[in-house]
Amino acid sequence: MRAEVVGVAVLGPGLPGWAASAPVLAGAAPYTPAPVALPPPAALPPTERRRASPAVRLALAAAAEAAAASGLPPAGLETVFASSNGDGRVVGAILEALAAPDGVISPTQFHNSVHNAAAGYWSIAAASQRPSVALGGHDHAFAAGLLHAAARVAATGAPVLLCAYDAPLDEPLAQCRRTEVPFAAALVLAPPGRATPAAAACARLAIAYRAEPAPPSPPAATALDALAAANPAARALPLLRALARREAGRIVLPLLEDGRLEVAVAPC
Amino acid sequence: MRPLSIVAHTAVSAMGVGLAATRAALRERRGGLAPCDLPGTPEGIWVGRVPGVEAVALPEALARFACRNNRLAELALGADGFAEAVAEARARHGAERIAVVLGTSTAGIEQTERAYRRRDAAGRLPPDFDFEHTHDLYALPRYVRARLGLRGPALVVSTACTSGARAWLDAAALIEAGVADAAVVGGVDTLCRMTLHGFAALELLARGGPTRPCAPDRDGISIGEAAAFALLERPRPGARGGLALLGAGASTDGHHMSAPHPEGLGAAAAMRAALEAAGLAPRDIGYVNLHGTGTRANDAMEDRAVTAVFGPRGVPCSSTKGWSGHALGASGALEATIAALCIEDGLIPGCLGVAEPDPGFASAVVTENREARLDRVLSNSFGFGGNNCALVIGRLGA
Repeated sequence: MRAEVVGVAVLGPGLPGWAASAPVLAGAAPYTPAPVALPPPAALPPTERRRASPAVRLALAAAAEAAAASGLPPAGLETVFASSNGDGRVVGAILEALAAPDGVISPTQFHNSVHNAAAGYWSIAAASQRPSVALGGHDHAFAAGLLHAAARVAATGAPVLLCAYDAPLDEPLAQCRRTEVPFAAALVLAPPGRATPAAAACARLAIAYRAEPAPPSPPAATALDALAAANPAARALPLLRALARREAGRIVLPLLEDGRLEVAVAPC
Repeated sequence: MRPLSIVAHTAVSAMGVGLAATRAALRERRGGLAPCDLPGTPEGIWVGRVPGVEAVALPEALARFACRNNRLAELALGADGFAEAVAEARARHGAERIAVVLGTSTAGIEQTERAYRRRDAAGRLPPDFDFEHTHDLYALPRYVRARLGLRGPALVVSTACTSGARAWLDAAALIEAGVADAAVVGGVDTLCRMTLHGFAALELLARGGPTRPCAPDRDGISIGEAAAFALLERPRPGARGGLALLGAGASTDGHHMSAPHPEGLGAAAAMRAALEAAGLAPRDIGYVNLHGTGTRANDAMEDRAVTAVFGPRGVPCSSTKGWSGHALGASGALEATIAALCIEDGLIPGCLGVAEPDPGFASAVVTENREARLDRVLSNSFGFGGNNCALVIGRLGA
């Protein structure tokens, strides 16, 4: 499958947006971890904006940055949200409440616990009626999202906003699922030849699934490499780095124990 | 979109295990809802529980996946020769060319609820709790893929109550894009305290009796559990007349997290998108299987949306949730399978337990079973987050 990247975004520790992060990702500037600022989503109505959880803020900030970079109207973008844990903090709070003797839970927390909560808030913020899907995928949520977003572009011929995000969990779930820092990456993918002039980062991708395991990744040599182990969405880093370098290359992302995505990246 | 043959399918719900039990329940108007006897759940509610799920054993090599959701999946894989049909497809296409795309809203969270009740003094979860293979959403397609010996890509779709329908749409995209030649699609969701208490907190559960979608005095949802699977592939020569996914459409409301758009604009957009994908006009549809949850807001909104697309009294429609309950992330998959059974059996199943539909409704809600030749059925699913999905199931080339 072929698609063009017409918008890209990143938000993570020491990676405050694409423009500031591209030199770091390209290896031209040093990486300095720093806390992640999660702004309330400006496009949401005031009530929803105030209540937006860290996970929703994270996802919407990255999605908004990538959509803006593409120059395409956000309301016209189909979306694919990919996350290992969704709003896992809300899920954890509900599990905590259910374990109490009365088992009563908050109605707002319940509707915010659905895996497509961030996707739903995005549709409200963008005033969009376009199709939207939310995928899981454990460690491979980004790869699953990328595969599916590219498939939707190929099947429909319309651009797709892909947003992969994961935010830290509270104890005791945090014991079971390592997510130490917030991290989000977003891409706007479009059919080849339809890139917009406003595109911040432009690359052509050729994506294929192979039923062969990915080679084991080398041990993390730098603090930036180590992010991938600290957040499932940061498994997007090899692709983000390839985009930042603006060089032709080929990356491999694991998808399932015995499968992988092969992504050929070529700058436009 | 190009149609995809439904080569095999199966369903397990409170209506029964397998297609024969499901179609008998529909024909005999025998619902599967009963007063909820699960501990620690809201008072006075009815649920659609599948008997015997707890006793289903997973293959030893996959024991780490053991939880209510994967046990229910296993029960369905063993019904209607589904696993055998997938094995034949594997020989035809190759294991690596068959995708697994499944919907679930809560996966194995019932296992996590149990683990939370077994925490130690420091609040830690018990060491035997396997988050990755039970609680995690991806556990469902990973289990099914491993169980069926498949090697293609796997996706888990979790868009609340559209998950099981969206899985059909998303699998169709993978096949259309050439990533796979066939796909195991469907949805699995199981009863758990989280959804029972969650919908109770939203005051959306029917009390004192089963759900009665489209009734003038309807008072809410009965939650159910279900697993439904289908095997989709490009039509082979000679498939004419066979069951197929003819079209799929999706939209969002962009309106509110848990309340549908009152005029059903997003719902109507999904139905129109499904018809357009199938290259069909509203008059080509013989029956609409409603999302029909039995809440005041959903059924009223859906009536307006169906009327906007099909016209007043334009097409017979009904909800089958009076039989199965609302199986949440599995409901779209269960009802796609019910749509296929209705076509095969020439049956329009009227809403169960409803004497007359809401007199304010302009759509043609059916409340008794009706015999009719059906070539194409549209099935609706709507969910939190303003997510909407519609599927058109029909006979190829009819």
